[in-house]
Amino acid sequence: MTAEDIRVRPCPDGPVLVRGADALVDDDGRRHEITRPVVAVCVCGKSSRAPWCDGTHKARPRRQVEE
Amino acid sequence: MLLPTPCGPVSGQMHDLMVGRRSLSTATGPTTDQSVIEDLDQQLALWTAYELSYRGFDDVDPDLEWDLDVLALRAEIEARFERELRSATRDRTERVADDTPIGDELLDLVAGDEGPRLSAYLRRDATAEEMRDFLRERSIQQLKESDPQSFLLPRLEGAAKVALAEIQYDEYGAGRVEALHQTMYARTLEAVGLDPQYGAYVGEVSAVSLASANVMSLFALHHRLRGAGLGHFAAFEASSSVPSRRIAAGLERLEMGPDAAAYFHEHVEADSVHEQVAARDLCGSFLADHPSLRQDVLFGAACALHLEALSGTELMERWETGRREDQAS
Repeated sequence: MTAEDIRVRPCPDGPVLVRGADALVDDDGRRHEITRPVVAVCVCGKSSRAPWCDGTHKARPRRQVEE
Repeated sequence: MLLPTPCGPVSGQMHDLMVGRRSLSTATGPTTDQSVIEDLDQQLALWTAYELSYRGFDDVDPDLEWDLDVLALRAEIEARFERELRSATRDRTERVADDTPIGDELLDLVAGDEGPRLSAYLRRDATAEEMRDFLRERSIQQLKESDPQSFLLPRLEGAAKVALAEIQYDEYGAGRVEALHQTMYARTLEAVGLDPQYGAYVGEVSAVSLASANVMSLFALHHRLRGAGLGHFAAFEASSSVPSRRIAAGLERLEMGPDAAAYFHEHVEADSVHEQVAARDLCGSFLADHPSLRQDVLFGAACALHLEALSGTELMERWETGRREDQAS
């Protein structure tokens, strides 16, 4: 699989959806295997299952639309 | 699975049709002012009729799936069920603005919903017996998890179809039999000492538990209600990841074993993905093609939240009563 096959899409006030990747390598160099067709990667930094989204961002105040 | 034992006049009538007794005229039908959502008799009759489109019953002629009398009785219950759902969810859907993108709207609708804090209770306070009670009540819908939504696939086109298929592939194990969500739920039941067989508790669960499963079939088996089916699915997925995390923690607190919690751990991650895909890609793409069905999508989402709240309240009250009786004795 080449990098061009990987699709990345941020969700407003939510995670980044990644399609087509086999694994995700985090900032510490750890490799996380991907077994589902699309994964939600945490970007709020609050997930208890980093690097994956666990829905915790919903407990945070939403940013204003004007920002 | 065998045909469940009827528990009143309507399920009795459905039962008679299923076993080939046709002395009753379905044209007269059941006339009752009772709530359909909370009426065990009507929900069991509806569940029985729908089941012919899923796994069926070992002791029922499969051709009855398209039997006109069965369908007529089913349609009568469905009409009342839908009317009651519309009136029960009017408050929720009327508060919604018209101009927000549907994905944000659906996720906000779920986030703003104050439930009865069932999952918080399961995490911190529930006894093992209460946890089993919860798992038993949910077994009706979870052992056929995602099956109703598969009936929606041929009703969709383009991007909406792709989005639903992507979620369904994940729900059905993404090519791994052991990861089929229905099977994972069966393993949870087994791990906590419950019967993992499909339909094992149909005769024991509440009307609301049956209604929660039936509403998915109602929406998925009617082309007219496909928008409601998609909205329901999006809200259902969006109200799953955080509660699943709490329920997994509750199962671990009660030391019910790693097999018990695996299903809920899986849903924390899976539904964090599915809620985004369902709300934005599935409902968003669907409404781009069918903007007039926006209210239907919201109606479906509100139904998911309404039934979830009814079920949570019912269980919390049941356990509260149980505790009071224990203290009194």
